[in-house]
Amino acid sequence: METTMQQRREAVVTGRTMRYRPLNLARWIIWGLTAFLMLVMPLFFSGGFAITLMSQMGIMIIFALSYNMLLGQTGMLSFGHAVYAGLGAFIAIHVLNMVGAGKVWLPVSLLPVVGGLAGAFFGVLFGYVTTKKSGTTFAMITMGIGEMVFASSLMFPDFFGGEGGISTNRMVGDPVFGITYGPGRQVYYLIAVWCLLSMVAMYAWTQTPLGRIANAVRDNPERVEFIGYNTQRVRYLVLILSAFFAGISGALSAINFEIVSAENVSAVRSGGVLLAAFIGGAGVFFGPVIGAVVFILFAVALSDLTKAWLLYLGLFFVLMVMFVPGGIASLLMMQVPLLARGKLRRMLPDYGRAAAAGLVLLAAVILTVELIYKVQVDSANGTTMSLFRIGFDAGTVTPWLVAAALWVAGLLACRAARTRVRATWDKVQAEMTGGTA
Amino acid sequence: MEFFVISLLNGVSYGLLLFMLSSGLTLIFSMMGVLNFAHASFYMLGAYFAYTIASKIGFWPALIFAPLLVAGAGALVERFGLRAVHKYGHVAELLFTFGLAYLIEEGVKLVWGLAAVPYRIPAELDGPLFTVFTSSFPKYRAFMMLVSLAMLVAIYLVLTRTRIGLVIQAALTHPEMVEALGHNVPRVFMMVFGGGAALAGLAGVIGGNAFITEPSMAAAVGSIVFVVAVVGGMGSLVGAFIASLLIGVLQTFAVTLDASLAGLLGSIGLQITDSTPLSSLWKLTVAQVAPVLPYLLLVVMLIFRPRGLMGTREG
Amino acid sequence: MSAALELNDVRKKFGQTEIIRGVNLTIPKGERHALIGPNGAGKSTTFNLISGRFAPSSGTVRLNGQEIGGLQPFVINRMGLSRSFQITNIFHRLSVFENLRCAVLWSLGYKYSFWHRLSELRDARERAEEVLELIGLHHRRNTQASLLTYAEQRALEIGITIAGGAEVILLDEPTAGMSRSESDHAVELIRRVTVGKTLVMVEHDMSVVFGLADRISVLVYGEVIATDTPEAIRANRKVKEAYLGTTLDEPATEGAH
Repeated sequence: METTMQQRREAVVTGRTMRYRPLNLARWIIWGLTAFLMLVMPLFFSGGFAITLMSQMGIMIIFALSYNMLLGQTGMLSFGHAVYAGLGAFIAIHVLNMVGAGKVWLPVSLLPVVGGLAGAFFGVLFGYVTTKKSGTTFAMITMGIGEMVFASSLMFPDFFGGEGGISTNRMVGDPVFGITYGPGRQVYYLIAVWCLLSMVAMYAWTQTPLGRIANAVRDNPERVEFIGYNTQRVRYLVLILSAFFAGISGALSAINFEIVSAENVSAVRSGGVLLAAFIGGAGVFFGPVIGAVVFILFAVALSDLTKAWLLYLGLFFVLMVMFVPGGIASLLMMQVPLLARGKLRRMLPDYGRAAAAGLVLLAAVILTVELIYKVQVDSANGTTMSLFRIGFDAGTVTPWLVAAALWVAGLLACRAARTRVRATWDKVQAEMTGGTA
Repeated sequence: MEFFVISLLNGVSYGLLLFMLSSGLTLIFSMMGVLNFAHASFYMLGAYFAYTIASKIGFWPALIFAPLLVAGAGALVERFGLRAVHKYGHVAELLFTFGLAYLIEEGVKLVWGLAAVPYRIPAELDGPLFTVFTSSFPKYRAFMMLVSLAMLVAIYLVLTRTRIGLVIQAALTHPEMVEALGHNVPRVFMMVFGGGAALAGLAGVIGGNAFITEPSMAAAVGSIVFVVAVVGGMGSLVGAFIASLLIGVLQTFAVTLDASLAGLLGSIGLQITDSTPLSSLWKLTVAQVAPVLPYLLLVVMLIFRPRGLMGTREG
Repeated sequence: MSAALELNDVRKKFGQTEIIRGVNLTIPKGERHALIGPNGAGKSTTFNLISGRFAPSSGTVRLNGQEIGGLQPFVINRMGLSRSFQITNIFHRLSVFENLRCAVLWSLGYKYSFWHRLSELRDARERAEEVLELIGLHHRRNTQASLLTYAEQRALEIGITIAGGAEVILLDEPTAGMSRSESDHAVELIRRVTVGKTLVMVEHDMSVVFGLADRISVLVYGEVIATDTPEAIRANRKVKEAYLGTTLDEPATEGAH
């Protein structure tokens, strides 16, 4: 609950509980910590790969948060959000090329504004059609619009650059304070600044009338009409704002990769941001932040280690939908009351067992997938392979037997662990509610 | 003229295939409120299963067994996956099928590889059925139409003439009431889901070798099927039928037309050159625009008649 | 001076079936009016027709002299009419306070603003606090709405309805599912919050009706068969016939009909 200075003084005078104060301090700490982390990370992880990883995370965070304005805040499931980020990226890259050619003056640092405005423009255009409906039909329409834009990318080669896309050079214009955006680290800091600004802005939005009414629309769209609001108009406005921030992420992507292609508006990208927001947790503001980080880890880091990364990600997503629909954030939030009462350590042994069981099952999955992959797809290179530095031959029976054993052990262990965790959780919950008056 | 007839027949056969897919989708949606994102994935599974069975035994056994295998897969998905997610609401169900589509595609890539597999039309059905002047209508297309029509007649009969069909029809609109009357509605759901998957699988068996069998086939046909479902009106089988034929014929004709706005203007004396603003727009041929047409239809439909052609339910 | 609410020969058809078959109703400003009738008579449908959920098939609905038939619910709401629902229709993931604050935002003119900070909107907060006190849920201010008891949710439902300051309030079975004591509380609450307003109430609980209403209309099979003061309605033969099996009077035998 937010308060102003005046309210806090009033709180003292009227003798109401001083609950407000600790919450406000917590917020400053969290934001400050986030900003500090983003500032300091490159000093610890200074390799080129790490920098590019963090840059992509920053871009994805903005994208996923903008998506959650629709999903988590307003209850709108969209399958075509990449359209706004992608078209914002295209406009931004064309403008950047114009800057490079000397036709337009714009500091590269301000390019995200162009991306944002472009995104918002397309939000006005497409949103008019898409927000006419709600629910599943809205989801279908967004998919249709997404496919339409993607399919039309070959029809307008001047804008979309055909198969090869549009490339650019971000080192244009006069350097300001010696910043040329040549080195990846400088690009990272640009992204970090915009990421922080966007996060603050999107959070602030949730504390405005439109933000709150959007929540009401999520909870009960019909009732909203009976308190004076046009539900359709609310959805339309939220979509435009969401498209604005998506466009910012698109422009940053253009700067980071120096290329934009039809892939930026593809269904793959739209699906990706949905996965990211959902895995992180759509019900909490910072959920998509976690989801974005996890997603980039899968897509960029894991993809280096194995070709089957999308299978793992898909599996992870489906398991989340089935067992933890609130996302990672919801798991964390569930621990907070326990943490506050000091009861979290009671759960730790059982969490540890569950984690161990999960690891066994994970090993089973990984071994099976990699074995199949080796035999079916990669057999041209022979059947020897290695996993986590253990070498074996996929052509022999042994690794398959090991995999089968791991499956059995893993499933049994997971089932046992689940029962244990549930039992201890119930006990702790009972203690907590029984303990207080 | 003969070109028109052949193209029309091709369009109709494609449209019937689309209807096989969209009818299953519509049935599942009407009954369970779930929009099955993985429906086109069952189509893909049907094609791949048929390829494997056909290369080991033959096409005709594949025609029977592949859809059954897909039906089994569908039933398993419903029983162990969808049912678990049901309590979290429609959005969760939608997301589950969405994730499932990813999984099936990746699984197919894992088992059968990234490249297209050589799933061929059997020799008996290869070749032209009849030739009109210079254009020929392939035997296989006629076979596709036959199978589609036979399947659809069978569904119609099952739904309207059998007891289980009556239960399904009732559960389509009032599942709780049907359960209160003592029918095992969860089992009915599983059957409908499996049946819808089988339909999609059968479409895959006959479509996979006519078109192409590769990991991206699900995504390619999936979005068109959704367009058909929305344009036809969510929850209406008749609407899906009309929309399928409409889009099937539209697509088939559009791809063959080389007309463009520039050509049209040229015929009345206005020349479009490279220096005219938006010249690439004017010079677009209908064939180039063809992939976008179904989605344009979707958008236009949603602006002017959001209900769809025959829609009664809103999604 | 025009009546607060006026229905003239309002009819509503669903497909072939005519549910509302010519309703005539005139409710002057400031009156507390109850709409009663057997189940299936069309009371909720009438409310839906007035509040904009459905459009009438024919006939006119006038709010303060202005035609509102067929207008969208939010337009009607902005003209000064607010309604509650028979099945609790609250914003279940928001807190009680947030529920009420949402209900006041439009009436205070904040519309679709995304540049105001909610916490700085003093008038919104004060008005929401005011309603919070009125409906007696002050101790549940920060509780998530879905966690309230049934009666508390009904109270919140009423709170959301009146928070916007509408002059004409429609309450659809406000005491549905409540115990005797809860109903008595609810009656007190309704009396408090509708001071100086026009109230139209659908109710089944006769003690509530007789405790609150200035006049009563009886709706049977989509038609109003009588509109009169409570005592007159009690004695009305037609009304008694329509209510075969339901007692309007005390359990003393009135004889079978």
